[in-house]
Amino acid sequence: MASETHGAEHGAEEAGGLVFHPMDQFIVKPLFGDGPIGMFTITNATLWMALSVVAVIALMIFGSSRRAIVPSRGQSIAELAYGFVYKMVEDVAGKDAVKFFPYIMTLFMFIVMSNFLGLIPMSFATTSHFAVTVVLALAVFLTVTIVGFVKNGAAFLGLFWVSSAPLALRPILALIEVISYFVRPVSHSIRLAGNIMAGHAVLKVFAGFAAIAVVSPLSVVAITAMYGLEVLVAFIQAYVFTILTCVYLKDALHPSH
Amino acid sequence: MATDSATSVGKCVDAFGSSIGMPQLCPDWVGNQIFWVVVTVIVIFFVLSRIALPRIASVLAERQGTITNDIAAAEELKAKAVEAEGAYNKALADARAEAQRIAAEAKADIQVTLDAAIAKADAQIAAKAAESEKAISEIRAGALESVKAVATDTANEIVNALGGKADAKTIGSAIETRMKG
Repeated sequence: MASETHGAEHGAEEAGGLVFHPMDQFIVKPLFGDGPIGMFTITNATLWMALSVVAVIALMIFGSSRRAIVPSRGQSIAELAYGFVYKMVEDVAGKDAVKFFPYIMTLFMFIVMSNFLGLIPMSFATTSHFAVTVVLALAVFLTVTIVGFVKNGAAFLGLFWVSSAPLALRPILALIEVISYFVRPVSHSIRLAGNIMAGHAVLKVFAGFAAIAVVSPLSVVAITAMYGLEVLVAFIQAYVFTILTCVYLKDALHPSH
Repeated sequence: MATDSATSVGKCVDAFGSSIGMPQLCPDWVGNQIFWVVVTVIVIFFVLSRIALPRIASVLAERQGTITNDIAAAEELKAKAVEAEGAYNKALADARAEAQRIAAEAKADIQVTLDAAIAKADAQIAAKAAESEKAISEIRAGALESVKAVATDTANEIVNALGGKADAKTIGSAIETRMKG
């Protein structure tokens, strides 16, 4: 993706050669008209985030609007999502973490909806952008750190002081623990965006191969297989993000090792 | 994607609408995305925490309550059914005993009547038998007399026919002797 070769690539495209623009799908552009993208410009990212809100409302509000004792299909899915995240919070972070359940549910619903909406052909995968996932990861990081200090005071620092290790090793372990603690938001955000971005880029690359007639059947098969994998990844990454949030929350609520 | 070539040409998009480097790392778009993701997450949070989650929680609690109530009701009904079965069995046993008692009573009554009837019938039969016996012996006696008379007459006639002289006394004793034999 070196920029100087781009012009040459476009020339090749006109000549019918094999060209790949796997990253073009991630370009942010204004929905209405041209011009620079400011902070409040309505862009394709805005559109697809809004659609994820619509999807969340459709599932969680319209799905459960009948409040049926015997649930319809939509209500079953909404209840399944509720039970899934609720149980995760309760099992991983403990009973006292249940008051954070709405926040964690928000993260899960946004990520899972964005991931699945991003899989619609020609759509924009909002969760493939580090700007988005870093916001989510930093929000988790800051919340967890603040909660840790508010709940435990200075005892929260005991998280970094491994009392089961020999005394001589403890300062070194503390340093490692501190580094790993601050690396958390980085890995947390890059894991999600990286997975989604890589999967979508690979799909685009396989699609590019379809330009060669001989390879195109294989390309279609590869895209189909990859798409199936991406459907799995879309859910698993949302799950991983959520469960890591629960793990971090557990550290904040119960910092002793 | 590459059709609207002139749009948003900047640091990150070339003149053909293709990305320069990773769009994820383009600083021009970071602010926009941060703003919108914050808006999105806040909207989802309020939608979930104000409407969706309380509603689903209440539906789940209500369902749990309904299930618990239904199970309790079912258990109650089961106990009632067991009770009813016990009452039914008891009523059946009572009825059976009553039936047996009535049957025994009826049998005894019938036995008494039967015994009386049999005794009466026996008496009648005995009377009738005695009567018959008497009649038979009368008839027998009558028959014996007739046989004797007929035999005497016949013997007389035979003796006369043979040219003898019948002596009534001799004939009488001969007949007596024969009839004994």
